[in-house]
Amino acid sequence: MRRYLFRQLVQLAVVVVGISILAFAILHVLGDPVLLLLPQNAGKEEFERYRKLLGLDQPLYVQYWKFSSGALQGDFGKSWYADTPAFRLVLERMPPTIYLTLAGLLVALLIALPLGILAALKRHSFVDTLCTAVAVAGQAMPIFWLGIMLIIIFAVQFRALPASGYGTWKHFLMPAFTLGAFLAPITMRLVRSGVIEVMNMEYIKTARAKGVGERMVVAKHAFRNACIPVITVLGLQFGQLLGGAIVTETVFAWPGVATLTVESIRNQDFPVVQCAVVLLALIIVAVNFIVDMIVGFIDPRIRVGA
Amino acid sequence: MKTAGAGNEVALKNLAAAVALDATATRASLRRLWRLKWGVAAAVVILMIVGSAVLAPWVATHDPLSVNIRNRLAPPAWMDGGTPRHLLGTDQVGRDLLSRVIYGGRISLAVGTSAVLISASIGVLMGLGAGYFGSRVDWTIMTLVNVMLTFPFVLLALAVIAVLGPSLMNMIIVLGVADWPLYTRVIRAETMALREREFILAGRALGMSHLRIMFRQIFPNLVSLIVVIATLQVARVIILESFLSFLGLGIQPPTPAWGNMLGEGRLYMLNSWWIAAFPGLAIFVTTLAINLMGNALRDWLDPHMKL
Repeated sequence: MRRYLFRQLVQLAVVVVGISILAFAILHVLGDPVLLLLPQNAGKEEFERYRKLLGLDQPLYVQYWKFSSGALQGDFGKSWYADTPAFRLVLERMPPTIYLTLAGLLVALLIALPLGILAALKRHSFVDTLCTAVAVAGQAMPIFWLGIMLIIIFAVQFRALPASGYGTWKHFLMPAFTLGAFLAPITMRLVRSGVIEVMNMEYIKTARAKGVGERMVVAKHAFRNACIPVITVLGLQFGQLLGGAIVTETVFAWPGVATLTVESIRNQDFPVVQCAVVLLALIIVAVNFIVDMIVGFIDPRIRVGA
Repeated sequence: MKTAGAGNEVALKNLAAAVALDATATRASLRRLWRLKWGVAAAVVILMIVGSAVLAPWVATHDPLSVNIRNRLAPPAWMDGGTPRHLLGTDQVGRDLLSRVIYGGRISLAVGTSAVLISASIGVLMGLGAGYFGSRVDWTIMTLVNVMLTFPFVLLALAVIAVLGPSLMNMIIVLGVADWPLYTRVIRAETMALREREFILAGRALGMSHLRIMFRQIFPNLVSLIVVIATLQVARVIILESFLSFLGLGIQPPTPAWGNMLGEGRLYMLNSWWIAAFPGLAIFVTTLAINLMGNALRDWLDPHMKL
């Protein structure tokens, strides 16, 4: 277990450094911050003055060092727009994003677990076909359109739910369902194939042979073992889930990190964009790491094999 | 005479057997086609979408940019107040929605296919290199892949577009460059498996160069896999392109694109739902058809494909 932990930690460190380089490169190599910051008719001296002021006249590796050592201490510079530290702005918007993500995950599991298990147990039945159809349709669905259709139906036509905003549980329903519908198809397929694979195992036969009831076989022997691939892939899908949350937030004007990022892009407020991108990526890396640990802990084959 | 008769008989038997075989073969391939019925239907739908996009100037009933304020926010033809002149109604400045949806398909399909061409080329090259050479090359490429896969695709595209500024060209480049790691992961795994096979060893023994082995011996084995992934990715790229345009970071109005029509329609959804509904429906139908065709393609080319 210790060697496994060590190997995973090294990989984690490399990925984190990679993320910082990528986030730095997007602003400093692809674009020129001064060009984005100053109006187009600014004079040449003005450009030079700002370049010095922001430390952009120094070589790239010095700039990167400054950026990454600052980022390690939570210093991503001040917002160009609001004159407050970018880190604080992003951190303030983090809780709604996390709540939305968790709610979406919950909805996805509520849809995917029962349907996936049922489809696996009754293969090639009507339920199975229905599940496949729903999964295929769900994967093709642009969720921002789904969100807007939900708003048109439930907020505009029936006036049952608030169209946007944040606060009560009613505000959660449509965004959580939208995000859940995004993650449910892939999860359902994984649950189904996981359960099918496990049901063909020898120990299931053993359990049946010794007279364990079918319900018990499914609930205890099959489901628990099918959980491992599902947990792993859900961990890997976490980035996707957060990506889906970004889309969902912008549709429902959810006051999370994603709406902040999009606002900041419109305002050309790059410290905030950079900070948001790095923090979201770090969360994803952390979740992936934790999932790897959990799975390695549950299933010794993984930590030896990988 | 007798022998000739016997010969005839044999020939006849052979012919009958051949016909019977042919019939069963036809039936078998028909049965296979029937099993792929959804894929075939999807392919027909895609052909129609591509056809109407390419032939847009002839198919569309109106100029997608011609404004007619008097006729603004007209509902679809089947609703009260709709006219058959505008089958899907008109938008906030009286442009014909159906024509705009038809023209919008041009952008989505162009961006989808070109971005996929870029990402497939990069991804396949990287995957072949990583899988074939292994060790350090593999480590470097896979670290890059892991870093890229950590970023949600949407976030990466947003950040880059924010710096480069929105335009058709930038969007194709961003989506193309952001999407390659997926190909690399799959191609790398397949290449690693193929590398151990005898025919590669034989190639080496014959003195083939690494490049020749990679492209003439390994690559042909991966073509169907690449075709399937690329097909499925077109759908994903179209959704992402629409989302960027929806946020106003992609194709800029008044150029019709499904995404920016949806974004504009959102402002009018309180009383004119159709402006947002139909462009979104177009995206949904297109991506659904592409996914169905991709799945059928996978079953047809190689049912054992792990995807």
